[in-house]
Amino acid sequence: MKLAHVTWKELKHRRASLVSGLIAITLGIAVIVGIRAVTRASEYAVTVQLDSLGANVLVLPQGASVDEYHTADIDAPTFPEEYVETMVTSGLLGVENISPKLTRRTEVNGTSIVLTGVLPDSEVAKKPVWLMEGLVDGDGGGHVCKGRHGAAADPRLKRNIIEELDPGECLVGSAAAKRLGLEVGSVVTVKTAELEVIAINDPTGTVDDDRLFMHLHAMQDLLGIGKQLSVIEVMGCCSAISDGLLSKLRNILPDTRVTSISQIVSTQIETNRLMDRLSWGVLFIVLLVGGLSIGNYMWANVNQRRREIGIMRMLGAKRSSILGVLLAKALVLGVVGGLIGYGLGTIVVVGFGPDILGIEVEALPVWLGLSVLLATVVAVLGSLLPAWLASRFDPSANMQEV
Amino acid sequence: MLLATRGLGKRYARGRVAVDALQDVGVDIEEGAFVTVTGPSGSGKTTLLLTLAGLLRPSAGEIHFRGEPVQELSDAAWAAFRRKHLGFVMQNFSLVPYLTALENVMLPMTLAGTPSAEREPRARVLLDRVELGDRMEHLPRELSAGQQQRVAIARALANNPALILADEPTGNLDPALADDVLALLKKLNEEDGTAILMVTHSPRAAEVGTARIHLEAGRIVSGNGTA
Ligand SMILES: Nc1ncnc2c1ncn2[C@@H]1O[C@H](COP(=O)(O)OP(=O)(O)OP(=O)(O)O)[C@@H](O)[C@H]1O
Ligand SMILES: [Mg+2]
Repeated sequence: MKLAHVTWKELKHRRASLVSGLIAITLGIAVIVGIRAVTRASEYAVTVQLDSLGANVLVLPQGASVDEYHTADIDAPTFPEEYVETMVTSGLLGVENISPKLTRRTEVNGTSIVLTGVLPDSEVAKKPVWLMEGLVDGDGGGHVCKGRHGAAADPRLKRNIIEELDPGECLVGSAAAKRLGLEVGSVVTVKTAELEVIAINDPTGTVDDDRLFMHLHAMQDLLGIGKQLSVIEVMGCCSAISDGLLSKLRNILPDTRVTSISQIVSTQIETNRLMDRLSWGVLFIVLLVGGLSIGNYMWANVNQRRREIGIMRMLGAKRSSILGVLLAKALVLGVVGGLIGYGLGTIVVVGFGPDILGIEVEALPVWLGLSVLLATVVAVLGSLLPAWLASRFDPSANMQEV
Repeated sequence: MLLATRGLGKRYARGRVAVDALQDVGVDIEEGAFVTVTGPSGSGKTTLLLTLAGLLRPSAGEIHFRGEPVQELSDAAWAAFRRKHLGFVMQNFSLVPYLTALENVMLPMTLAGTPSAEREPRARVLLDRVELGDRMEHLPRELSAGQQQRVAIARALANNPALILADEPTGNLDPALADDVLALLKKLNEEDGTAILMVTHSPRAAEVGTARIHLEAGRIVSGNGTA
């Protein structure tokens, strides 16, 4: 027989009262696990939607404003196309997609229109480093990023990805097509180039609707402005942006202006931060209450056990043995409370999440271990004082009773 | 001399009134002795026993165990002393309610760090010796009063003590059962040479011993433990 056996037999002997000792910690862990799972799921949902709206970081020429980029005046500043290589080779984490663009206002059929040079996806894909999804930050930031390509995104919100675009071809935004009277198959003359319209883009409600897209390199040649860009649009993971992606980009490309499209990014970051802070706050309160409640239960328990603790002291038990027997019990309570709490919280949010909250909630397996760890630490801390006091009970106190 | 006290005093100072439960008590218990302590209720018998076990701190005087003073030992050292040298048999049996007879007898060995392989066989031998070989897996509440007290006696022997301290071991037993328990203690004392200090109310029980001490109002009025 080991001393742990004494703990075990006592637990079984007073198992009915265990419910009251376990209830707070179990419910507490269940609430924490539930909130974490819901937070993660809603972060994911928010990010999927916001990311699909498009790029969230712009690399602009030094001194250029976002407005200038949008109006694309003839003398708007530019910067060399090599900057793309510089960015790619610097191995930044959290950059999901890079698209270099050149924009210039020009006249087509007597109408002023913004011409945009882009690289088609087929050419981007030749450089696989451009799709860097290696971002991992323990608590799941990685999968938030990957979610951009997930089926969950509303197709109407998806970015226009241009798969193929030859130098002699162009794409026309819906509003521009209307103004210029273009349709698929028409040929449009831009300066000295004849471009075949291969598609009219669906309306997006953005400036893109009023633009004409052609191959970047063909446009550079056509306008005779060399290997220059007006902007590099960057799709950064929102967690990477909050981790300082912008300042890293500024270090790599010192003579540019790196800016975030603030509405999108700040919504992403703020929403997620708020949820995060809320759930950590709840975690703190729940653990405090759980610890106090376990401590309260243990105090009642050791008082009920005064006699047997006295007997053990009479038989020569060290104070540390008494402490050990009692804290072993707290350990068991913590492990059991953590396991049940994790199961309960997970079942509730995964089972009822879609009905009540309208989002798909996934179980968080990391939290199985975390739940047990947290509950155990809380149970042991909460039991420390009662156990210590019990180890100092006067052993002669119940010896005189009959 | 196994255990000796000189000028032993114990004053309870709880509340306003101080009670001198023991005053100038000198006892001498030889190796293998069977000493009985008698006296009216409140005369200090239990107090003496608890003081000799280090469960109460004396207010005055000295306690010597095999010639060594022990009254100044730390709590931890007293606990080690009890594990090693003392066994206890109390009026209320003092068994741990959720441990079986076997586990109760193993408990002092577990606390003393006896090699774990030896604990159970030894506990079985001891329970056989008190004629409870067929009740080893029973909980205290599944045993009669006499059987519970015999479990307590087996437990008192677990670490082969030099001295068993017994406080009214027959106080809660019918006369017939009381005689059984007394006979058992007598047998252990004679066969193993384990010294016994037994507090009792009953003059009949007091006759079992080889020496007597009589207390009144905290003072010894006759005997000192030697025959
Ligand atoms: N914890 C205590 N605080 C104060 N006084 C105490 C305490 N324990 C015992 N006493 C007093 O000390 C005296 C001796 O008590 P003790 O229990 O040693 O007597 P006893 O001889 O064992 O009596 P009994 O035969 O009834 O068991 C009594 O007057 C008692 O009231
Ligand atoms: Mg008494």
